[in-house]
Amino acid sequence: MSATIGAPRRSARLRGTAFKVLLLSCIGISAAMLGTLLIKMGVEGVGQISPSFITDYASFVADKAGIRAALLGTLWLMAVCAAFIIPVGVATAVYLEEYADDSRWWNRAIEVNIQNLAAVPSIVYGILGLAFLVRGPFGVGQVVLAGGLTLGLLVLPVVIITGREAIRAVPPSIREGSMALGATQWQTIWRQVLPAAIPGIATGLILALSRAIGETAPLIMVGAATFVAFDPSLNSTFTALPIQIFDWISRPSNSVNDYASLAAGGIVVLMILLLAMNAVAIWLRNRYEQKW
Amino acid sequence: MEVLSSTTTRAAPVFGVARRRRSEDAIRVGLLLAALVSVLTTTGIVISLAREAIGFFADVGIGEFLFGTDWSPIIKPQSFGVLPLVGGTFLITGIALLVAIPLGLGSAIYLSEYAGPRTRRRVKPVLELLAGVPTIVFGFFAIVFFTPTVLVDLLGMDLNLFNALSAGIVMGFMVMPTIASVSEDAMSAVPASLREGAFGLGASRVQTSLRVVFPAALSGIVASIVLGASRAVGETMIVLIAAGQVAALTADVRDPMYTMTSFIAAIGKGDVATGTTQYKTIFAVGALLFAITLVMNLISIRFVRKYRQVYE
Repeated sequence: MSATIGAPRRSARLRGTAFKVLLLSCIGISAAMLGTLLIKMGVEGVGQISPSFITDYASFVADKAGIRAALLGTLWLMAVCAAFIIPVGVATAVYLEEYADDSRWWNRAIEVNIQNLAAVPSIVYGILGLAFLVRGPFGVGQVVLAGGLTLGLLVLPVVIITGREAIRAVPPSIREGSMALGATQWQTIWRQVLPAAIPGIATGLILALSRAIGETAPLIMVGAATFVAFDPSLNSTFTALPIQIFDWISRPSNSVNDYASLAAGGIVVLMILLLAMNAVAIWLRNRYEQKW
Repeated sequence: MEVLSSTTTRAAPVFGVARRRRSEDAIRVGLLLAALVSVLTTTGIVISLAREAIGFFADVGIGEFLFGTDWSPIIKPQSFGVLPLVGGTFLITGIALLVAIPLGLGSAIYLSEYAGPRTRRRVKPVLELLAGVPTIVFGFFAIVFFTPTVLVDLLGMDLNLFNALSAGIVMGFMVMPTIASVSEDAMSAVPASLREGAFGLGASRVQTSLRVVFPAALSGIVASIVLGASRAVGETMIVLIAAGQVAALTADVRDPMYTMTSFIAAIGKGDVATGTTQYKTIFAVGALLFAITLVMNLISIRFVRKYRQVYE
């Protein structure tokens, strides 16, 4: 039938197309699920969004309830989390990429340890926070500091792993040039390697915070409160957006108090924060991505 | 130390060299200390779990805990058989993987073997966004949309509002991006020469993808699935919200069931007094959960290392 040798037969071509359609539908189904989820939350929740929803405290009367304390609590948690993961995460990444000798077993152990920590269930970090930060040796109580540090420990591996990739992407010639001009190893890192790696590090940092901002389970364990009617501070009890949302989800809705819509409204605010963070991360990556 | 001495000049007694070397050493130690925070985290997890879990096993036999089929830690007569929680965990994980493996691998093959760089740039943020949706949102979505609208109205199923099926399927979409991105990495690492060889022998793209690239990337694909399973086992909020809170050893996916994680969170939600047996169950179940995910993570890390060694 065909003139050229080895040209695909019709059935083979058909099979090829069918396979491609099958593969595309895998992506399509997932994208459709994401789309449905975003639209459903938007439709349910957008009616709740109003200035008073943002500025009011929690209330047992659904119509009067707002997310002020939760939003401020989340911002506090993110501040504590960032203050912890930026220095520790970047320093660890620098150590592992620039100093650690891979032939030493302890350096390899640190690496495997971090890879494992990245996949430890978040609720286990909650147990750690409960046992060590809230009650045990450090015993600071059910406060913002404990919650923020717990989230920080949880997302630290993300910062380290993305930070290492960013540092590794800086070509050795930059380091060699700096050293050849007489700079010490640290001067080379501080003045040449880190500035070149900052976009990648910042992207990883934002991704880490965007993971931390939606985490609920660890905060349940460290005892985030569900009803807070004051502005939180570093050493006060606190609530956070996901905790407030969870509380609303847990309450049965009825004709008087429509908690489900409140939950959807909270989710819309949370998703807007998340999308904004992701957009910044993607923009950073595209804007400063450097091909050496 | 060896690294430092090779980079600093040793010959000429330049003023300040000794001081500079000291500060370089101090920085190196400081960075090492930061790296040790992650080691301390693991140590802290193990100690916090072990300390209370040992107390728990003083009250309850390990055999009774691991092989008992009745879980009733609060309502008397108390019983501490963890199998209902483990069964619920693996049933829901299984459902999630049935959804996530085909979707994840299909997307990975498409991205690695079919899509051009432009399509990839558009599709990847979608997967990243799906991976970034907080799990509490997935849980809420399961009870307000997936169960009532899709399972009941659309498919006409007869099930509880809280059930394992809905939680498992929605969790599958949470796990899918992990499987897709890790296995796409593995497939992309397969050298082009293998594909060219296959095409040269007259293989079609389908044959090349499935019989050459897929087997060549198998260790990375296995790693992605094990990692996905580990994430499913450790996921809390979806099951806490959507799977209900009944410790039942059943395989009926229409029924509500507890998992290890949702039980821990349900107990943790109330302010349990330190030292009580209920407080200790958090740590006993947590220790089991940590052990299970640790084994999975180590298997996954080993498989990733294997394909990296072969192709990079």
